[in-house]
Amino acid sequence: MDWTIFWVASTFAVYIGIAIWARAGSTNDFYVAGHGVHPVVNGMATAADWMSAASFLSMAGLIAVLGYGGSVYLMGWTGGYVLLALLLAPFLREFGKFTVPDFVGDRYYSDTARLVAVICALFVSFTYIAGQMSGVGIAFSRFLGVDFNTGIFIGMGIVFIYAVLGGMKGVTYTQVAQYVVLIFAYTVPAIFISLMLTGNPIPQLGFLSNIKGEDVSMIQKLSDTLTSLGFAEYTTTDKTTFDVFCITAALMFGTAGLPHVIIRFFTVPRARDARLSAGWALVFIALLYTVAPAVGAFSRLNVIETVNETTYVAPGEAYEAEAAALAAEGITPSPDWFARWEATNLVGFEDKNGDGAMQIRGPNAPDGLANEVTINNDIAVLASPEIAQLPDWVVGLMVAGGLAAALSTAAGLLMVISSAISHDLCRRTFFKGMSDKSELRVARLAAAGAVVAAGFMGIYSAQLAFVAQVVAFAFGLAAASLFPVILLGIFWKRMNREGAIASMLTGLIPTFLYIWHFKLGAGKDAGPDEWFLGVSPEGIGFVVMIASILVGVGVSLATRAPPQEIQDLVEDIRVPGRRSPHGGGDADMAPAE
Amino acid sequence: MSETQTDTAAPIDGKGYWKEVIRLTLALLAIWFLASFGAGILFREVLDSVNIGGAPLGFWFAQNGAIYIFVALIFYYCFAMNRIERKYRIEG
Repeated sequence: MDWTIFWVASTFAVYIGIAIWARAGSTNDFYVAGHGVHPVVNGMATAADWMSAASFLSMAGLIAVLGYGGSVYLMGWTGGYVLLALLLAPFLREFGKFTVPDFVGDRYYSDTARLVAVICALFVSFTYIAGQMSGVGIAFSRFLGVDFNTGIFIGMGIVFIYAVLGGMKGVTYTQVAQYVVLIFAYTVPAIFISLMLTGNPIPQLGFLSNIKGEDVSMIQKLSDTLTSLGFAEYTTTDKTTFDVFCITAALMFGTAGLPHVIIRFFTVPRARDARLSAGWALVFIALLYTVAPAVGAFSRLNVIETVNETTYVAPGEAYEAEAAALAAEGITPSPDWFARWEATNLVGFEDKNGDGAMQIRGPNAPDGLANEVTINNDIAVLASPEIAQLPDWVVGLMVAGGLAAALSTAAGLLMVISSAISHDLCRRTFFKGMSDKSELRVARLAAAGAVVAAGFMGIYSAQLAFVAQVVAFAFGLAAASLFPVILLGIFWKRMNREGAIASMLTGLIPTFLYIWHFKLGAGKDAGPDEWFLGVSPEGIGFVVMIASILVGVGVSLATRAPPQEIQDLVEDIRVPGRRSPHGGGDADMAPAE
Repeated sequence: MSETQTDTAAPIDGKGYWKEVIRLTLALLAIWFLASFGAGILFREVLDSVNIGGAPLGFWFAQNGAIYIFVALIFYYCFAMNRIERKYRIEG
């Protein structure tokens, strides 16, 4: 507990220090950190921006439960960076403006297209940010004994300081600090667990190794253990191959189309830095994402081995004495980490057969016993330092790591929301004569307003059912509505305004309705038989994306070609340095001073 | 939308450049597809009959291998693009 407070307080102090150091003086600073971020630094900031509370806390546990089925997240959330590097980031950087709707509005010479893009960007970002803020509230209420709402207010206060003061510049450098915190908190326990189970200190190699002192591989032992308890084999899934394909694709194309990821690539000096930066971002992301499946598998095996069939000892002051008494009689007591986490309700035990022992069982248990132990997915990561018997200061670091992941992602999303309002709506659509100084003021106000709105969405997220389904919404919509118009805008000169608007609407509306129907509406309990082509709501974004591309191409061909100056613009963003000598292209957006 | 400026002093073969970029992009996307959707999903069951260390190969591709290939692809792309840009005397 004391260490948790220490880490949270000292990391927050660092973030505030950075915010004061990196104040923004112009809209150029505020939106794109003055285009002056080094590609490696931007890569690190992108990694923190990208990895949310869900990546940090929940993904390993999700993989532990889903086995092979969890691969959709691993491939989907990393493969998107290949698309970003090859198809989007360098060209959007060469275009040289501030936001995604900026590109859509200018490339398709239409304020309507800009508005539709603003709606897509706002919708995606607001759903995503609510999840981050409620994650912050949970972290505070569970681990620091602070009230849930107070926790969100503290989180809001921190993000407020560095996002409103520093804009993208402040956000960039705090994200770098947050990356360091979260990757350290994640990998250190993983290294020790890997060492403990397999004797290999590198988790990615431990994942492929034999169990220490035994002649059976870790994965094989896990699969055998699971099947003997009535679970499915670890290396299989109950989803169809086609559905796995569609979900992976929706997550990949969605990753590439997410505005808060794309705008990070506007902060580097040139197109070639944007390419390199995508590579570094993926290196920093891969550090966590290649460790996650190992953490998941280790923890699944470890939890079963240390908990199953042990005799339950209730948490509390008497735990140690009772456990020692049982051990003296040769009976294995339930482990102390289980007792400790029971207080947070992340693990639970119900003695259904009244034998005092804890049975972990799958749906097809050969001995017919019912499962008695519930384990929250987040335990795989949160309890990893205790399972590896690391000192208390590492245990406390996990909460700071989770908060770093949530706050860095929230800040990136806030930048999208504030720039969509101050730049795309005010400066580019409704008040075209606005000065840079007043735009900067509006940007700060919009960021402040967005922080407050996000906080309240976090507070009410328990009542807003859609927040829990945010992943399917955000990625599906980004893949189906934003990715196609950006891609075609760069690679197909003939794509015009009518095609773009039709394509975005084709992406937005059916994806939204499908996910709504099968996640929240009447079809909530429907199975694969009722899904369109057997595609789950998580994967529908990919199917709609194909339709959206076809509609965009069809409508464009049926209507007038875009004006010559737009076709010239497309040629120019394809060749670095053409649009302006230094890849700036924003001469009309010069700093205020 | 009138500030597009082209550099007339040094004529650059933009068309030839773009053709090479497209060829490189398609080749790398083919590898991207094979490493993830191919090895990790479509051919997983076939590959699973072979083991890499203690894990089935297709399973490993889906959980680790594809990610390593993605990283290598992006860095190779940066390297190859810089080469193409030198060839066409393009300075980004």
